[in-house]
Amino acid sequence: MQKTIKSIIILILVFILGIFFLALNKNSNYDTEHLIGNKLLNIKLDSFENNKIISNEDLKENQFTLINFWASWCAPCRDEHPYLMELSNENNLNIIGVNFKDKKTYALKFLKSYGNPYDILAKDLKGKQSVSFGVYGIPESILIDNKFVIKKKFIGPINKNDLNDIKDIIK
Amino acid sequence: MLSNFGNFILFLSIILSCLIIHYSFNCLKTSNNLIFKNIYQLSLLQSCTILLCFFTLIAAFIISDFSIITVYQNSHSLKPFFYKISGTWGNHEGSLLLWVIILTIFSFLFLILNKKHPKNYRLYTLIIQNFLILGFLFFIIFNSNPFSAIAPIPKEGLGLNPILQDPALAIHPPLLYVGFVGSSIYFSAAMASMITNYSNNLFAKSIKSWVLVSWTFQTLGILVGSIWAYYELGWGGFWFWDPVENASLLPWFAMTALIHSLLVLEKRNLLYFWTIILCLLTFTLSVTGTFLVRSGILNSVHTFANDPSRGVYILVFLSLMIFTSIFFLFTKYKSKNDRINSNSKETFVLINNWFMLFYLITVLLGTLYPIFTDILFNSKISVGPPFYNSVITPVVIAFLILMAIGPQTKWIKNKFENLKYFLLISIFAIIINFLIVFFFRSYSIISNLIIISSLFLIISSTFDIFKKKILNFPRILSHLSFGFLIFFIGLNHNFSYEKDFNLKLGETKKFDNYEFVLKDLEFSQFSNYKAVKGKLKISDLSTNEERTLNPEIRIFDNPQTLTYEASIQTNFLRDYYLTMSNIDRSEYYNIKFQKKPLMIWIWISVIMLSFGGFLSLLRNAKNN
Amino acid sequence: MKLKILSIILVLNFSFCFSSEKILDENSIYKNLRCLVCQGQSVADSNSDFALTLKSVVKDLINQGKTENEIYDFLAEKYGDWILYKPKLNPVTFLLWSFPYIVLAVGGLIITIVIRKRGKKA
Repeated sequence: MQKTIKSIIILILVFILGIFFLALNKNSNYDTEHLIGNKLLNIKLDSFENNKIISNEDLKENQFTLINFWASWCAPCRDEHPYLMELSNENNLNIIGVNFKDKKTYALKFLKSYGNPYDILAKDLKGKQSVSFGVYGIPESILIDNKFVIKKKFIGPINKNDLNDIKDIIK
Repeated sequence: MLSNFGNFILFLSIILSCLIIHYSFNCLKTSNNLIFKNIYQLSLLQSCTILLCFFTLIAAFIISDFSIITVYQNSHSLKPFFYKISGTWGNHEGSLLLWVIILTIFSFLFLILNKKHPKNYRLYTLIIQNFLILGFLFFIIFNSNPFSAIAPIPKEGLGLNPILQDPALAIHPPLLYVGFVGSSIYFSAAMASMITNYSNNLFAKSIKSWVLVSWTFQTLGILVGSIWAYYELGWGGFWFWDPVENASLLPWFAMTALIHSLLVLEKRNLLYFWTIILCLLTFTLSVTGTFLVRSGILNSVHTFANDPSRGVYILVFLSLMIFTSIFFLFTKYKSKNDRINSNSKETFVLINNWFMLFYLITVLLGTLYPIFTDILFNSKISVGPPFYNSVITPVVIAFLILMAIGPQTKWIKNKFENLKYFLLISIFAIIINFLIVFFFRSYSIISNLIIISSLFLIISSTFDIFKKKILNFPRILSHLSFGFLIFFIGLNHNFSYEKDFNLKLGETKKFDNYEFVLKDLEFSQFSNYKAVKGKLKISDLSTNEERTLNPEIRIFDNPQTLTYEASIQTNFLRDYYLTMSNIDRSEYYNIKFQKKPLMIWIWISVIMLSFGGFLSLLRNAKNN
Repeated sequence: MKLKILSIILVLNFSFCFSSEKILDENSIYKNLRCLVCQGQSVADSNSDFALTLKSVVKDLINQGKTENEIYDFLAEKYGDWILYKPKLNPVTFLLWSFPYIVLAVGGLIITIVIRKRGKKA
């Protein structure tokens, strides 16, 4: 009896210390990139130009959609823009740009300077609609398929690797 | 130059520790009861050496010697003098030196203050303590050396973080370290006690003062940390169940349990192995806490800058400590036939320990669980205040009542008399609670129970003062203060008023009984920051009281940070607490206003709680 | 006699509790939400942009009539369980919620046994 208790205690301690060792290599910073697989069924975005609402209906024809959250005041958005321009050439990918907490004139100026890769332009003046997409900073991008399933999330600017990942998925 | 000197002193300290261990082993072999004179001398020399080392580092900070990495990373020539000094221990490497200072000074003091106790016991304590010292010295030299040099020598330092320049933050580490680093001495004493079979009530007498000292300082250290958080962090709270806060609380639970079980061991010579376990557990929790805080595996607002290699080292050290203790515990454990009566004192000490263990496990589990779910299930969860509050609060209700009943002796003999007495107290407690609810506002059922049970403890302790001829005043004071602490926390929590709203300059807004006007914004430039000071007039319409509070937004350029300085107006009835922050791309400012009743009494209760520990220490010293 | 007084006062005291209505307190919801861009702060305590946006969204959800749990479920679906300070009760967290009370129960059991057993010996 005493021997079993002692062995159990030792095992528990080894277990706990083992977890600590493993935890040392893990990154404790949190991001939402792992939240894939769910469906975005209640898409609701204000159109950039007018008062229309963009919903799932508007996107169901697309094979793949990349929803990109950006703003003119966001420096990393400038960094990822060339990649978005490249992606705009893809046939089975539609890109929605959601202009986040921005002024119309500044946004248009940005697109004029750096190019407009977006098939649809939307705006989120107060940033509230972006919460429905699980966005907590910009730039962020979400890749969904024609069933509105989230295939991949990109937190931060899209880089070369991300670009290749997207190209692989949409093939 | 200072760097080389510092390194030299560190190596000297290692040699001294090795010598102490060596001579102690030799001395163990002698048959007389005398400890070699050179052991005393080496021990004293060791303390002086480490202090010299520490002062060397302080000197480097004062003269802003940026050739030393630690000074470069954590100081700046523009830093005020006082904060240059306190910056010495406000960083990872410097604070490790503080660890070693406490370890060595306690080692020396324990040696010379325990002359009445057996030689072998004292020598083994010294040996084990010096192994701990060596462990930390190796850690410092090979991983976290405060004297590491850099070349080329930078012109200016990096360390001007304004949040860290605060008096409370300066004394918080020293206080806390006397607490949980000080627990190392009874860790070593416990091991020595097992090895030399010095296992009776005299052992309890040997460590009692040390436990009381570390408990008192730990309590004060936690208090100062909470006060700092309240004044500096701007959210108006004082406890967030943040992993770093929990790391300081865990040893505190073990220490409190230990104080109580020592009473039994000392007076009745019972519960020896349980007391040993608590001694070992306290310091183990201290090192575990240090591991969690410095290794980077936890996400917290308080953490030091993180580096996994530190984590590896501390974890190895911790594992060695744990397995060595377990080894001795398992080999030396003998089932003793303790004759515990259902006499009040022992039973209630066991009950205290039982509850302390509950609190300890809850806080430990809550702190570690996210790590486990992440590693085992790849799932990241958060465990925050709502968890701790829901789990712990109901149990505190029973705990408070038992705290009141416990110290009464002769419970069994005068069973019915005591029952009437406690019924009377409960009636008083409920009446007072009822009056509060009636005249002010009602609150949740749990809060009612908390207030009632804390009143029960308060009234019972107060009656104790007048009842007893043989007074244990320190104990009554501490229990009374704890009752008040929970009482004030309960009232503060239930009667706090918070309002979060946006205002622009010149605008007035009215909520409930308060009117707020942002009268003025003052822009000023200081030596290392720009400030935007808001002048907010608050009118309490129910009392016609008017106050102006001045929250500040501070913009620092080195490093580039924004801090929000809360404006706090305190009196004995309530605190007004207000922060102002700017909203990007808007002329509006976000205002968070809080009225926090009885806030200052929360701090006073903890001060009285630790004062009880201090009085107990004096009493213990006088009796011996 | 004293017991009677006690019970009357208890009833009087607690009848007052039930008179306060349960309104959905937005502040307590903010306190339960973790600010994702801060280092260990709740949405209630944070001044960050994200926190302000989230507060606004929560207010909207309250106005739409959502219950507290519905709001938490919605946000946890979008941001992960990490955003909630009060861990949801599920198989993974079951041990977290129950183990402290198990310890309390087992501890109480041990103490009762120890006292009874050793009390008998005396």
